[in-house]
Amino acid sequence: MSFDTETGASTLARARSHLVDGPVVIEATDVAKTFRIPDHRFDSFKERAAHPLTRRTYRELHALRDVSFEVHLGEFFGIVGRNGSGKSTILKIMASIYRADRGRIRMAGRLAPFIELGVGFNPELTSRENVILNGVLMGLSRQEARRRLDAVLDFAGLAEFTDLKLKNYSSGMMVRLAFAVMVEADADIMLIDEVLAVGDAAFAQKCMDVFRARRQAGKTVVLVTHDMATVQSFCDRAMLIHDGEMRYLGDPQEAALRYYRLNFGGEGDGARGGDVPDVNARLIGAWLENGAGDRIENVEQGEPIGFNVMFEARHDLVNPVFGFHFLTADGVQVFGFNRTLELGDGEPDVLRAGQRVRIAGRVENRLLPGHYYVSSIISRNRTMGDLALHVLRLLDFVVYGTKPGPGSVSIEADVQALVEPGP
Amino acid sequence: MTESTLELRDVNGPSALGGGLRRSLELLYLIASTEFKRTYFGTALGYLWSLCRPLLLFAVLLAVFTHIVRLGSQVAHYPVLLLLNIVLFGFFQEATSTAVGSVVSQEAVVRKTQFPRLVIPLAVVLTSVFNVGLNLIVVFAFILAFGVDPMWTWLLFPLVLMLLFIFTTAVSMIVSSLYPRFRDVGIIWAVFSTALFYATPVLYPLQKVHGTIGQLIAFNPLTPLFELARRWVIDPHAPIEGGALNILVPSAIYVGVCVFAVWIFAREAPRIAEAL
Repeated sequence: MSFDTETGASTLARARSHLVDGPVVIEATDVAKTFRIPDHRFDSFKERAAHPLTRRTYRELHALRDVSFEVHLGEFFGIVGRNGSGKSTILKIMASIYRADRGRIRMAGRLAPFIELGVGFNPELTSRENVILNGVLMGLSRQEARRRLDAVLDFAGLAEFTDLKLKNYSSGMMVRLAFAVMVEADADIMLIDEVLAVGDAAFAQKCMDVFRARRQAGKTVVLVTHDMATVQSFCDRAMLIHDGEMRYLGDPQEAALRYYRLNFGGEGDGARGGDVPDVNARLIGAWLENGAGDRIENVEQGEPIGFNVMFEARHDLVNPVFGFHFLTADGVQVFGFNRTLELGDGEPDVLRAGQRVRIAGRVENRLLPGHYYVSSIISRNRTMGDLALHVLRLLDFVVYGTKPGPGSVSIEADVQALVEPGP
Repeated sequence: MTESTLELRDVNGPSALGGGLRRSLELLYLIASTEFKRTYFGTALGYLWSLCRPLLLFAVLLAVFTHIVRLGSQVAHYPVLLLLNIVLFGFFQEATSTAVGSVVSQEAVVRKTQFPRLVIPLAVVLTSVFNVGLNLIVVFAFILAFGVDPMWTWLLFPLVLMLLFIFTTAVSMIVSSLYPRFRDVGIIWAVFSTALFYATPVLYPLQKVHGTIGQLIAFNPLTPLFELARRWVIDPHAPIEGGALNILVPSAIYVGVCVFAVWIFAREAPRIAEAL
């Protein structure tokens, strides 16, 4: 599987690959876990006693089949896979919540034994008590936890609410507190299950920034997610798990691509059948132009973006849809658009093998200064699920200018603040 | 992180004391003490309220058994004996019945963190230990007020307490580890512990019961503890019932329960998260 495109992201991934040479801090060898799901669950002694001769029959669910991998010191390691693939099970085994049936996991350093934020918080206790309790749960001693109390509350910005019972906190405050505890516990290895499911986008962003900072400090982060944008923008390496088996381990871009292919490629959806052929379309080029028609790397704030992308079909693409997403550097989608082929009367909506398509034009530019990228999805048959090619990062550009602001875009707001005439 | 901490160590999965003994002890103390503080400092009359329950029960039973049934008429210092017994059995009942659902009620912690499983029932017992400690102060005030003279054998009373704490812990471990898989343990235990209340010399001294029932009660592992407490704290002249059998059988049951508790908890602990 190879792409003709050399994107900034994969260069970055290569630059990070030196981490793989670092010492191993997590080593999993042939880890297997099978859940036995009773066909009939005996929840009481009575049921058990009423059917003394019934053999308990089980359906075996192979959550993990001989998974092996290594995580190195200072790595941001992603585990991706869809629901039920076994990705959370491996995390729970690492966190000593489940016991592996076979295989071995070894770890170096102190582990934050949490896989979700705010676990163990007691709403009846004050934040002070909760922070200390959680600190101890994180493996600190009581003195140590008490010593870090102020730092935690400062980080969460909740210093003045120390003696408030947690049940009186807003959910936002609670999440901030939980996150602060986790960060200040200063564990060597953090295991995180879908952290982004908690809190809003801004908070998720803050989390990721902090994780990045932790990584610089030599901490190791293992993140389980099915949000590919996160994997692509943060992970050094990623592992793809499917049906309890490791399908891929390595470059996060590639892992994300394979994840998409598994999910959209028709597996589990027999109607469409089979896997999508490796490459149905090939990217010929993608570039930006300024108003004068010159190719540019970066875009001035407010100047329209001249957008140019060219694909070549390798197989016939029937009813193709070309989708483009503009995302911030951290994977937050800003906007996007879809295009179908412009057709003359009676022309079939097909891009024949070998034919090229150019998607070009001017895009209004309301983006605030910052780093953005464009990703694309080509699908066939007008259903977004049938993926022909997913070029993860098509373009990578910086908007420069002098008018920064909150968020990612500037929107005109015809709003005035007027002093009301007195009563 | 220094090189020395980079040594790879095996991850063995969840267990009774997973995550290290020190962490388990710290957690145990923290959880029990915050829970204790919560009951006592949450409301203005927190401590008084929780003292009210045994005292009220005591008042009712005292009225019934001295004026209606006249069970305590020939027993020396019957009122304070009754109070002491009620507080001791109240501890056992409170701890074990809270422990039954404790692992399930801590579901989030069990399923999402590496939490030493044993800490959950132990914290319940420890909270009750704090409670019974406070209650015993009141009990001893009553004992003195009712004219029982302090004796050197009072120094032996902590031994009885210790044996009671251990037995309570063992029973708590059994019921809390079985409950996630067999939910009717909750109901069974509620009934069983009530039966045990009458099958233990709480309302009456053992000397008052004869025949087969008396023999059965004598085999109850809690019986020697209550009989010892009576002799050592209140009435040194209380008769000792029965022979060696009345010591051997309850002791054997006591040890058996403790061994079974350790075995079943160690067996269930690694899989508790999966049964929830």
